[in-house]
Amino acid sequence: MQTIGLQIIDWIIILIYFGFVLGIGFYLRKFTTSEEDFFLAGRKNSSWVAGLAFLSANLGALELLGMTGNTFKYGMYVAHFYWIGAIPAMVFLGIYMMPFYYSSKIKSIPGYLKLRFDEKTRVLNGIAFAIMTLLVSGINCYAMALVLHTFLGWNWDISMWASALTVMAYVTLSGLMSAIFTEIIQFFLIWFGLFLVSIMGIIEIGSLDQILTRLPDSMNTLWSTSSDPTQNGMLIHWAGIVLGLGFVLSFGYWTTDFLVVQRAFSAKNLRAARMTPILASFFKMALPFIVILAGLIAIALSSDPNSGFKLLEDGGKINYDSALPLLIARYYPTGLIGLGVTALLAGFMAGQAGNISAFNTVWTYDIYKSVLNKNASDNHLLWMGRASTIVGVIISLGTAYWAKSFPSIMDYMQAIFSWVNAPLFATMLLGMFIWWITPNGAFWGLVVGMLSSFGMWLAVKFNWINESIITMSTVQSDMAANFWRAWWAWLICFILTIAISFFTLKKPKEELVGLVKGLADEKYDSHLIFIKRPEFFAIIATIVLIVLNILFW
Amino acid sequence: MKSIWYFVALILLVIGGLIFLTGIYHLFSPPEIETVLFEIHPNIWWGFLMIIFGSIMYFKTRNRIA
Repeated sequence: MQTIGLQIIDWIIILIYFGFVLGIGFYLRKFTTSEEDFFLAGRKNSSWVAGLAFLSANLGALELLGMTGNTFKYGMYVAHFYWIGAIPAMVFLGIYMMPFYYSSKIKSIPGYLKLRFDEKTRVLNGIAFAIMTLLVSGINCYAMALVLHTFLGWNWDISMWASALTVMAYVTLSGLMSAIFTEIIQFFLIWFGLFLVSIMGIIEIGSLDQILTRLPDSMNTLWSTSSDPTQNGMLIHWAGIVLGLGFVLSFGYWTTDFLVVQRAFSAKNLRAARMTPILASFFKMALPFIVILAGLIAIALSSDPNSGFKLLEDGGKINYDSALPLLIARYYPTGLIGLGVTALLAGFMAGQAGNISAFNTVWTYDIYKSVLNKNASDNHLLWMGRASTIVGVIISLGTAYWAKSFPSIMDYMQAIFSWVNAPLFATMLLGMFIWWITPNGAFWGLVVGMLSSFGMWLAVKFNWINESIITMSTVQSDMAANFWRAWWAWLICFILTIAISFFTLKKPKEELVGLVKGLADEKYDSHLIFIKRPEFFAIIATIVLIVLNILFW
Repeated sequence: MKSIWYFVALILLVIGGLIFLTGIYHLFSPPEIETVLFEIHPNIWWGFLMIIFGSIMYFKTRNRIA
């Protein structure tokens, strides 16, 4: 494995970043005096702060190495994760779901399940989410180690422990507040640190059109080859993209995953909370111009033997996740390479911190206080939040080693999301929009939905069944399997929840006021002129989404 | 408590300044191994852009309290 030498100025830039985030942790500690400060950042953030943090919490290893690597593997189809696979769900969250979440003053998504259904559904989701966040946190650790290994020649173990200890320090000091501060710093560092890769790639190759011309036909469009799975890089039919990614996985992640939604809970009022995902959607739509474009540039350079560009290989297998670090090494001279490495590190550490801060909240409120110590004082909960941060980081280190065994980061992530988020979205959708869905219907629907998704994954992994049964296609790819598995898990949960609800005890309507559509005053922000309402910005976001899809059809 | 934008401005100013100065140094003393497109000196104009952006944010947020 090749390593890239850093000069003293690059080291100084990296150390400035580490010093900065630790310093912010110490600075914010004196403002973190209550459990609400630690777990919800005091509920005083503007929509801009909450919106950028909402986006950045998701902008960890998944977005950077994973998406660039997957673009090299699957082509432009990966942009679906940013457009149809994100924007409709973010807009839906802001317009329809956020009022129920924010107005009920819950501290976590499982907290909503407790109010809408019952304690057992809350604890089930709390445990599943806690496990998921630790797994995803582990992947950030793994991605961090990959960067340090590639650039600095450090060994995996030291890299993982170095990143994890830094995250542990600043999240333990001031919880969600320091996580949000570092996420916003990370947002700017990523744009300044990585967008230059795309600019330099375009300058070297000539133009965006020339980059697209160099790609195989199966990789340079978004939809035009989607009617035949054999003709596109992801080997998937458009129905799989729309139902699996655009509907189930996307809505499951963006509307129910507490990691991102927690940032909106920190907003200062309902309008700011509703604007949080809608503002974030604009920046989300812009991200392909960093990560997808970098992946396309990597493909274009690889196709030219004179470019000297070649992805790393581990044991004869192509390491797709090395695409972005290698482009940084190609274009960035001393100084800039320090910024590029810092941007990657910032992304990984913020991604890990985001998961850990969501984990400590769900553990403390939805498992510890709900089951183990119902009478815990505020001070004790604050202490528990800090203690669970430390334990969570240590456990996520273990999961990082598991992540190494997956062929690429995104396959690992989507597999996890399809187990937990996909069925949960069915539960949330039914619970929030149909009043007669019962606690037992929700609980057993969720249990069977999660088990079915995990069971399908196991069955394919160990060749008990053929993957084509799930994907309804003769050609196979891990990503297509993830999309389709998510769809089936959602459908199973959806149907079972409705069926069981017909025969089990319903909650009285009066207990559901403010939690279910149709049972509350739903005229939000009606005192504002139209161009200041979240609905106006949602319409603009939708128009931009449609234009982008048509442009790259 | 200082606004988050103040901290963003500070880190962009500091890092942008370092990158810009490194670019100026390499203008007169080029490194032995040059990266692709080194001749357009990306660290000078990119570092300068970060300084401009950081300065605007700094002067707009230095007195703001979160």
